[in-house]
Amino acid sequence: MDNQTLSIACTINDRAIRATIPVRQSLVDFLREGVGLTGSHVGCAHGVCGACHVVVDGVVVRGCLILAVQADGAEISTIEHAATTSIGAALQAAFFERAALQCGFCTSGMILQAAELLAQNPEPSRDEIRAALSGNLCRCTGYHAIVDAVQMASARLSDIAP
Amino acid sequence: MTDLALPQDGWIGRRMPREDTRRLVMGAGRYVDDLACRGELHAAFLRSPYPHAGFRLDLSQAKALDGVAAVFVAEDLARVCGGLICPDLAFPGMVSPQQLPLVAERAVYQGEPIALVLADSRAVAEDAVELIAVDWQELPAITRLDQSLTQDAPPVHLGLASNLGWSTQIGTDLRDAFAGAALVVETTLDFARNTGVTLEPRGLIAQWDAGALELRISHQMPHQLQLHIAELFGVAMSRVRVICGDVGGGFGLKMHIYQDELATIAAARLIGRPVRFIADRMESLMADIHAREHRIHGRMAVDAQGRIIGFDIDDLHGMGAYSVFPRSSTREAMSALAVIGAPYLHQVFHARLRCALQNKVPTGQLRAVGNPIGCAITERLVDLAASARGEDRLVFRARNLLPEAMQPWTSPSGFRLFGLSHHRCLERLQKLMDLPKLRAEISDACASGRWLGLGFASLVEFTAPNSRSYGPTGAPVAAVDAVVATLEMTGDISVRASVSEIGQGIRQSLAQVMADAMGVPAENVAVLTGDTATVPHGGGAWASRGAAIGGEAAWQAGVALRAQILEIAAALLQAQAADLDIRFGQVVDQHGSARMGLDELSRIVTLQSYLLPDGMQGQLSVSRTYRREADSALPNNGIQAVLVEIDPDTGHISALRHWVVFDCGRVLNPLLVEEQIRGGVVMGLGQALLEACSYDSGGQFISATLADYKVPMADDAPDIEVALVETPYAGSAVGAKGAGEAGACAAPAALLNAVNDALAGQGAQISALPITPLDVLRALGRVPQA
Repeated sequence: MDNQTLSIACTINDRAIRATIPVRQSLVDFLREGVGLTGSHVGCAHGVCGACHVVVDGVVVRGCLILAVQADGAEISTIEHAATTSIGAALQAAFFERAALQCGFCTSGMILQAAELLAQNPEPSRDEIRAALSGNLCRCTGYHAIVDAVQMASARLSDIAP
Repeated sequence: MTDLALPQDGWIGRRMPREDTRRLVMGAGRYVDDLACRGELHAAFLRSPYPHAGFRLDLSQAKALDGVAAVFVAEDLARVCGGLICPDLAFPGMVSPQQLPLVAERAVYQGEPIALVLADSRAVAEDAVELIAVDWQELPAITRLDQSLTQDAPPVHLGLASNLGWSTQIGTDLRDAFAGAALVVETTLDFARNTGVTLEPRGLIAQWDAGALELRISHQMPHQLQLHIAELFGVAMSRVRVICGDVGGGFGLKMHIYQDELATIAAARLIGRPVRFIADRMESLMADIHAREHRIHGRMAVDAQGRIIGFDIDDLHGMGAYSVFPRSSTREAMSALAVIGAPYLHQVFHARLRCALQNKVPTGQLRAVGNPIGCAITERLVDLAASARGEDRLVFRARNLLPEAMQPWTSPSGFRLFGLSHHRCLERLQKLMDLPKLRAEISDACASGRWLGLGFASLVEFTAPNSRSYGPTGAPVAAVDAVVATLEMTGDISVRASVSEIGQGIRQSLAQVMADAMGVPAENVAVLTGDTATVPHGGGAWASRGAAIGGEAAWQAGVALRAQILEIAAALLQAQAADLDIRFGQVVDQHGSARMGLDELSRIVTLQSYLLPDGMQGQLSVSRTYRREADSALPNNGIQAVLVEIDPDTGHISALRHWVVFDCGRVLNPLLVEEQIRGGVVMGLGQALLEACSYDSGGQFISATLADYKVPMADDAPDIEVALVETPYAGSAVGAKGAGEAGACAAPAALLNAVNDALAGQGAQISALPITPLDVLRALGRVPQA
């Protein structure tokens, strides 16, 4: 029961944003309700499912477990920005082609987490992919196609890399 | 029956990704909570924290909070919305009291909605819920299944003489048949409650405008919901528009009618503003329908030659506090009984079923409804019989699986079985697994001290039922589906279909069917679903019906539209329609030469209709509703196998590899069917190893977060090899049967058998799902029984 507000300034998908927000608002709620970026989803709001993943200062975080006020001064990017990176675009293409999504509700978080993996480990094994994605709940696919899609993106990226 | 032969190298059967998912991978989906509405209020509910309690409310502080627009209780909503009583024509004598959108005076399950707050934000609405002062009078509650029917069990609803919600017996006296058996095996299996956990929770935005409702909702069956709302609110169906945009998972959970959803619609009507309600995860786990919760005892008799004589079943099922509206909680048990023994030739069958009321949320229909229970008891008995006879489990299965030469065959429980390819699937599975090599590897591993186990499960599932299933029961469930196909002026085809897209990919599959029916590329077909204002009436998404029913409607509409277009083309080209055809979106002559584009033809009909001959109207739309007259349901079949490893120290079970061979008739798109199978297998794996809705000894629900209700994550699931066998349904042009649930039907049975195979050498047995590491250690005697 706290209606206190604070002003923050941050960069979201390369845009400078200033906003006055309730101090108790989560980052994902701010992005969805305040900024209109609805690609990050709220699947559990208690930090288990990963549907709310966003990238804060280069690190994938759970948007439901971080308050929006904590993002003051941060550089944030969301699924809506993923296509601007070669890894994000490769993953989006591979998820589409490999049918690595059904309802699509987990996909934003899954792709951002997979992008972080491929940035750190360009050619992960299937077990490494499963471990890296083990904090992202997909209720539809059974994960096999997701692992395939990450491998497909990995292979294509290493083909084009020098 | 067949209007036109399916083209040899057509779009049906092609491995194509779903056009819809191009948006979804960009984060551009439009789920209910993405659609804010100007002037909207947010709803939050006070729910009962007790399984059974009377209450008195003081709303004054909640109403006085800044930002609160209204607080409603049962009597407020009763002014605009009626209550639910589950129809019981199919279940005579069923006990299920009326369910109101908000419960009055006494809550009968934990999570039951009591009061609804409307406020400027969800946060303020939740603040106000906390300010509702409640005087609770806790009442005795019954939550445990095994105690629900005892003499001294407290009544679930005050005044009930017994908590028996419904009971029935099926089949005949088995004493003689079992007395003459060479072998009778038996077992009792316990299945915990599970729930669907759609990643997008249930949610809706309701907006009334001059007595008409526009409802955006995450739901599987827009037309069914439209009818219920019209009846409950006393308005014409034409004044109710239900729109289901992107739906973040359904699994049956979003077929039912929920108290909180009706309450939200009623509140929007009373307040005269749009209202948004999105269930949070705790509400979802607590108050979405649950499923399963069976204790099932099975006996199977076998003759001296190792042939199954029959089955004797006693099933006790937990219904929850009400029979779920509108399909009834009794459905799941009936589905379980229907598939017991169904893959195998047998002579006799008897089952007793008791459905118990409990102070818990109702159980309803969740993907593979009842099938995991029916499949698991059958396949466990089969393994026990093979073991008792000292023979290989696949040899026993091969002897007893229903041969193709004997089909159609009506089982002793009255189900007609036809078009099943059991032996071909079994043979294919052994090749897929490279079974001799695998068995040698398992044997080597076990010799070196590892605990590996292999489990098998055959399945038959009854899919895509016709109206004989629900029609006579009084439940308003449509078994027909319809398609309106329209040729647009840009030469593409709009398909408006009554089946629902919930992530399974039915829009892509219908586009491929329409492409073949019309002679256009699949990318020139757009399929629209989910909006009662734009798509025709039909069933939506349930019982794996999209391809078999919706696909056939699309085929028939496409074939009819093609014929109409060729009549118009013949008039315009001064040719005979019989000499023309449509290929790749062009009207072509006998030599295959293009004579006219469909875009040109459509523009002439719409914009230059003076060019048409006298008497020709030039219809560019066709509507077809398909009802299957024969065969009340389409049985599919398959077999699964899984390899597990158990850690002897911790009891942890790892599924290492999983194989599926499956026959769902004509495959519209193998890429999508394979992924339906894989997703279903992992849902079944969750039910076998992880998922349980748990209650403590006082009846408190203790699995209301995803940390407590554990679902499979990427590192819990194995790779899954899938092979498809195609035995098209002969009674339709397309020949498809259902595919969406089969993975979930047999996976729990295969895992149960695999774990027992791994433990066989230790003299331990498991007979309850989910199988936790602690259960394994208890079975091994390393940890005392609970």
